[in-house]
Amino acid sequence: MERGGAAPDRVYFDYAGFAPVDPRVLAVMRPFLEAGIGNPSAPHSLGSEARESLEAARAKVARLVGGSTSGVVFTSGATEANNLAIRGVVLRAPAGARHVISSAVEHISVLNACRDLEKAGAAVTLLPVDGEGRVSPDEVRRAIRPDTALVSIGAACAEIGTTQPVTDIARITRAAGIPLHVDAVGALGRMPLAGAAMGFDLMTLSSNDLYGPPGAGALWVKPGVKIAPQILGGGQEGGYRSGTENLPALVGLGVAAELMRAEVAHGEPARLAGLRDRLVERLLAAVPDCRLTGSRSARLPHHVSLVLRGAKADSILLDLDLCGVAASSGSACAQRTGTPSHVLRAIGCAPQEMEGSLCFTLGRWSTTAEVDAVIERLPPIVSRLRSLALPASR
Amino acid sequence: MAAAPKVLIPDKEIDCIGLFCPIPIVKTREAIQGMSVGELLAMLSDDPASDADMRSWCRGTGHDLVEVTREGGVYRFLVRKTR
Repeated sequence: MERGGAAPDRVYFDYAGFAPVDPRVLAVMRPFLEAGIGNPSAPHSLGSEARESLEAARAKVARLVGGSTSGVVFTSGATEANNLAIRGVVLRAPAGARHVISSAVEHISVLNACRDLEKAGAAVTLLPVDGEGRVSPDEVRRAIRPDTALVSIGAACAEIGTTQPVTDIARITRAAGIPLHVDAVGALGRMPLAGAAMGFDLMTLSSNDLYGPPGAGALWVKPGVKIAPQILGGGQEGGYRSGTENLPALVGLGVAAELMRAEVAHGEPARLAGLRDRLVERLLAAVPDCRLTGSRSARLPHHVSLVLRGAKADSILLDLDLCGVAASSGSACAQRTGTPSHVLRAIGCAPQEMEGSLCFTLGRWSTTAEVDAVIERLPPIVSRLRSLALPASR
Repeated sequence: MAAAPKVLIPDKEIDCIGLFCPIPIVKTREAIQGMSVGELLAMLSDDPASDADMRSWCRGTGHDLVEVTREGGVYRFLVRKTR
């Protein structure tokens, strides 16, 4: 896959925002879109073929998450899976046991699900993080109360790439007998995660995060963990997620999960980490007043996030785009509101840094030539924007 | 001189009840863009995060957060457009 050689015209480093769908996934999906495919719940032969394809996809997803096949509930994506996990567990818990523990650096779908429960009378504890965005397992232990119904901690923070000590946290929740939900988006297939073996009770995954089609995802639920369905209807997905399954997308998700497993076995995380380290080291050397956010060592292999002073992220991103580089500021919410992101606030970034937050996420088709193109193109953009900034504005 | 209590009448009011971050801030931002400097916007929200979010947004944008009240889980933010 390594192209190398001449500088590429286009560099795509926004894999966490949207990953290209793998052509091998598309090839398997195509007949499901073009040919006559039945409803997996239908009684005729087309229906049973559809059902077999759906169950094969479920088994593939289960293999990737390292859990039982029967625990996989297909959803429309990670946001829905996070809602189903958090609302599903807490609303199923007795009225007197509705306390949720999560962290200040979770995805907005986790935070908003918690806030909605809070409005309905549940208690929510959002744990603080250290300067690298890490949740302390001891803090989790201290936050557990007799009425705690769920602990929800993401395997990695999508905005700053820091991975969380989920194995240690799982030891604590297991000892306390409290279900642990792990949002594994960004981390699955990029760091060792095995749901059942590591003591997780629920796990969220996204299809597009695995180079599968968007609009699909799954929640893995350990057998025996009780959840209340959040979408009601004909009782598909074991009654936990009604609505006719999106078969083409879910078949695609199944293939994407298999490819991800094969890729891990072939050392793709290490290849990505090599590209990541090259990008981090050279950018930090070439751009003054710039630092890595999140952890250097406990970090997703494809993730680079920086803050720099004296230049705004939106101007940098615009200039990068003009020279063919697609990147992001790390937080779509912050971009829409013009407010500093909740993650950067939680890790204690200085106000002057929060406006200059950049996020480069690499993936399956990323090359050394692309990394080098960013190393070459970013520093002059930053110095030009800094020279334009009025000294009085700082 | 003691400040006399006064009732502030907003020039515009938006209802963000039931909506969550970032939508209350997005709608506030849009509403403020369509208003004149000096005018008052009232925004209603029951998102538990909106208090911190509105304070942070006003600090960042320089608009004046004149008043925050809370009644039964519903916040009412009064923002004066300053620029």
